[in-house]
Amino acid sequence: MKVSIDWLREWLDLPADPEEVAERLTSLGLEVDSIERLGEGLEHIVVGEVREVSRHPDADRLSLCRVDVGGAELLNIVCGAANLRAGGRYPVALPGAVLPGGLKIERSKIRGETSDGMLCSAFELQLAETADGIMELPPDLPLGEPIARALRLDDAVLDIDLTPNRADCFCVAGIARDLAAGLRSDLRLPRVVPVLPVSEVCVELRLDDPAACPRFAGRVITELNPAAETPEWMQSRLLRAGVRPIHPVVDVTNYVMLEFGQPMHAYDLDRLTGGLSARRARDGERCELLDGREVELDESLLIIADEAGPVGLAGIMGGARTAVQDSSRNIFLEAAFFSPAVIAGRARRLGLHTDAATRFERGVDPEHQLRAIERATALLQEITGGRPGPATEVVVAEQLPQRRPVRLRRERLARLLGTAVPDDAVADIFERLDMQVASDADGWRVTPPPARFDIEREEDLVEEVARIHGYDRIPETPGEMPALLGAASEHAVPLARARLTLVERGYHEAVTWSFTDPDLDARFSGGGPGLPLANPISGALSVMRQSLWPGLALAVQHNVKRQQERVRLFETGLRFQRRGDEAEEIPVIAGIVFGSRWPEQWALPDEPVDFFDIKGDVLALTALSGASEQFACEAAEHPALRPGRAARLCREGEPIGWLGELHPELVARLELPSAPLLFEIETAPLLASAVPAFRSLSRFPAVRRDLSPVVAETVPAGELLAAVRHAAGPLLRELRLFDIYRGDKVETGSKSVSLGLILQDTSRTLTDADVDEVMQAVAEQLRRDFNATIRE
Amino acid sequence: MQELEQLLSRAQAAIDGAADLAALDAVRVQYLGKKGELTARLKQLGSLPPEQRPAAGQAINRAKQTLQAALQARRSELEEQALAQALAAGAVDVTLPPRGEQPGGLHPVTRTLERIEAIFRAAGFAVHAGPEIEDDFHNFTALNIPENHPARAMHDTFYFGSGKLLRTHTSPVQIRSMLAQGAPIRLIAPGRVYRCDSDQTHTPMFHQVEGLVVDRGISFANLKSALHQFTERFFERPVELRFRPSYFPFTEPSAEVDVRSESGRWLEILGCGMVHPKVLENVGIDPEEFTGYAFGMGAERLAMLRYGVDDLRLFFDNDLQFLQQFSRVQP
Repeated sequence: MKVSIDWLREWLDLPADPEEVAERLTSLGLEVDSIERLGEGLEHIVVGEVREVSRHPDADRLSLCRVDVGGAELLNIVCGAANLRAGGRYPVALPGAVLPGGLKIERSKIRGETSDGMLCSAFELQLAETADGIMELPPDLPLGEPIARALRLDDAVLDIDLTPNRADCFCVAGIARDLAAGLRSDLRLPRVVPVLPVSEVCVELRLDDPAACPRFAGRVITELNPAAETPEWMQSRLLRAGVRPIHPVVDVTNYVMLEFGQPMHAYDLDRLTGGLSARRARDGERCELLDGREVELDESLLIIADEAGPVGLAGIMGGARTAVQDSSRNIFLEAAFFSPAVIAGRARRLGLHTDAATRFERGVDPEHQLRAIERATALLQEITGGRPGPATEVVVAEQLPQRRPVRLRRERLARLLGTAVPDDAVADIFERLDMQVASDADGWRVTPPPARFDIEREEDLVEEVARIHGYDRIPETPGEMPALLGAASEHAVPLARARLTLVERGYHEAVTWSFTDPDLDARFSGGGPGLPLANPISGALSVMRQSLWPGLALAVQHNVKRQQERVRLFETGLRFQRRGDEAEEIPVIAGIVFGSRWPEQWALPDEPVDFFDIKGDVLALTALSGASEQFACEAAEHPALRPGRAARLCREGEPIGWLGELHPELVARLELPSAPLLFEIETAPLLASAVPAFRSLSRFPAVRRDLSPVVAETVPAGELLAAVRHAAGPLLRELRLFDIYRGDKVETGSKSVSLGLILQDTSRTLTDADVDEVMQAVAEQLRRDFNATIRE
Repeated sequence: MQELEQLLSRAQAAIDGAADLAALDAVRVQYLGKKGELTARLKQLGSLPPEQRPAAGQAINRAKQTLQAALQARRSELEEQALAQALAAGAVDVTLPPRGEQPGGLHPVTRTLERIEAIFRAAGFAVHAGPEIEDDFHNFTALNIPENHPARAMHDTFYFGSGKLLRTHTSPVQIRSMLAQGAPIRLIAPGRVYRCDSDQTHTPMFHQVEGLVVDRGISFANLKSALHQFTERFFERPVELRFRPSYFPFTEPSAEVDVRSESGRWLEILGCGMVHPKVLENVGIDPEEFTGYAFGMGAERLAMLRYGVDDLRLFFDNDLQFLQQFSRVQP
């Protein structure tokens, strides 16, 4: 809502500085978004009168003007415009002026003739979007007066960002009332005096859906002067409010709307057929609107119709068939109350955005319709003349919004705010807000004015008191709180620890979109497409991700394009595993590494990352649980990972994630120069942890024995180690895999795996026989399970 | 005897002239070895007349001791020199960069959320989470935003075919937690939220922290104090705050909070208010017995103010040049 300070000033006394007015409005909850100072940049531009015009001796298109700006001497000004005449008054930019476009005015010579300034067009002063010649000023403006003052441009327009609850402030009256209450200054509302009818002509009105339209008022005015023009003062007020002047009748209805918040509509009486009714549209009815668009109507829409059909969308936009035209002489003015519920959302649905709909869907003053008619009539009388008929209305009173008194308890007010506001201040606030107040022993009984739809219960009144009293006057009091202690669980490692583990291992944390490209998502997750959004922002962000990998891979791609040679990223967040129409939200931690194993430097070879780098990072995460032995990687196939370099991570046999090298197809598709490695693990099973259980320490020495079974290349080390653990039993304290040998000494297709077994008992020193027994059991197991031969 | 003196002085010269341990050992062998000159003298003692033997023997032994002492002294000297050389040869340039990995860093939003959590945890707030795919009831209706309410237009909501939606704020966590736990309650709920909006200053996904305190006797004055304390802890400087009336369907009275920037401008940082009695009624809490306050803040907004980031979209580009600025160690 744009409001001119000049307009407000007519209704109440205001501080001189627009900044101060804006600050006050903001502190009342009417947030001022911007202040546009109109006169700005027009210094040194004054009213001047051209006394003589003569042809420039050396230039056909230029004139020499003698200009009076109220000084002792006339100025010589060279001008190229064709519309100058002696005796006309025009804006004169004097030397020193800087036009709003940045042009600096100085005394100069133009083709040999001195020019003491410049005559300006409205465009050059940025007072109009286009201009045809120099701006002609009204003849009564005083010579030499600064143009900003002469044109009443020393005004500022405040753009107020209204919250949806303050429908009453979509007009100057509403804003002025709040401001007057906040400033404790008197409000001077314009008096609305009923205009006496001089004709009997009226239009019959009917309410077919009184719940949707309980009040419909109007008046016929005949014999308007179709040549009349909207006065300059009204045009400028409309313009400053962001409303384009169109036609005196339309301008007046808009003016009244801006003044009091009641949208009005004017019909060309001669184009109406019979009476008007407010009714629901019938399915299939059509209506051509003022903007030329034709809309198809349905039952959800309320319309105004005459006997020939729809003449407008009630509360949204009038129809073209009965619109006021330049030639209109007889009109019908409408002011109605439409229930917000029947307007809300309709304009948006039809792609329309109108001032009327904005106001009706939030709610207008249901008592104001006749006053709006009278005000508009009075203004039109001054501008277009005409013969008013009687103001008429039809109303179904019980369908109008009811005003119920709301109780405010003094104790509740103090308790909610945390401070007491004096009784007389509270009553004063309500009165200034045009509320009826009755006080009693416990507090107040307050009836809000009809335009205040937002006052329904006690807390609403508390807010009124608080905001007019001033939020800044409410003290800051630390709350008392019961000593409720926090948890420090040992059953789950905090996610923050997992993040730091990766950070310490060189990863940066990324945040990628939760929605992604459906094709990429399917390719990375290997299943069907993810859950689609009904209204995505773009195709590339249209399904909920089923894996964090696409986002991370795209982040790597982004960085590679920006010349990064080594990228390590991780992310924590949800993946949305699709299950039909829904998606299961699974918290995961995922990472990607690309480029060299180490940052490029002198002391380490430059080698690309491989599977075991990422496996090391994953094991660092599994170690957080304190139960590394419960985790195992097993070879498995994943559609996004390169076959043979992919592993499923399991905890105690349950799959909880994946790690591996990105599939070459995807590497090519993402145009990456080498393959990144990735992991993604469900955080809950990854970070589940157990309370450590103490076992007594062994006082007896440990014995180490090494064993080098030769097994087929295809035997996974993980299975070999598991078999050793199983066969060795409780005496095995530690198991190390310290070498893998392939070469001359073993058969092709085999490998020798060197294992170190550290054996210890807690109750005695192990004998050679004990140790031999364990080693034989292990060897036997390996022979049985893997056809291993034991290398000596 | 004179010969012995000459031998000693020759030997001494050879010892002094030995450049390294090998040369020194050659000198030792030359004089004291099995076939050494001095050894030869000792062997010749037998050929002397018996009365001369003791004196000659003594002289040779003295010479031998002198020689041995000189050899030892020179050996120590050479050994020290060798050690010094070996150490010098093994010196490294301690200013070279180290071997191995350099730490990465947390995302600035995580860093911000962790600080916010730490500040509120210290005051006994629990950290709650909720689903990101929400239903209409928790995201809107229970928060006093009925269908067709103009406030729904303030939330550009992403919908799914099933009618579910991506939460537009973390406020539904309030509802879930109050339904589960009742009052009194004190929590914050950080998390991702979504709005169907994308331009210079809006991203379709961002992070919010919701705060909620419901107890007996909670007042607007308590809210003002809590948020003033929070902003001063967060920015680690004295902060001037402005509470100005605003509108949220789930709070009444409602306020928007601005901080005065170092340049004197007011910058909006969060929205808050007293929990609307309808919200309390919707979750079965008696608004006559309990009152409460709630607030919601944008993590990116706070991070931008704290770190001076001037473009919201940088938080989601994951550009290393940006992320590295928040590393604990600069690369």
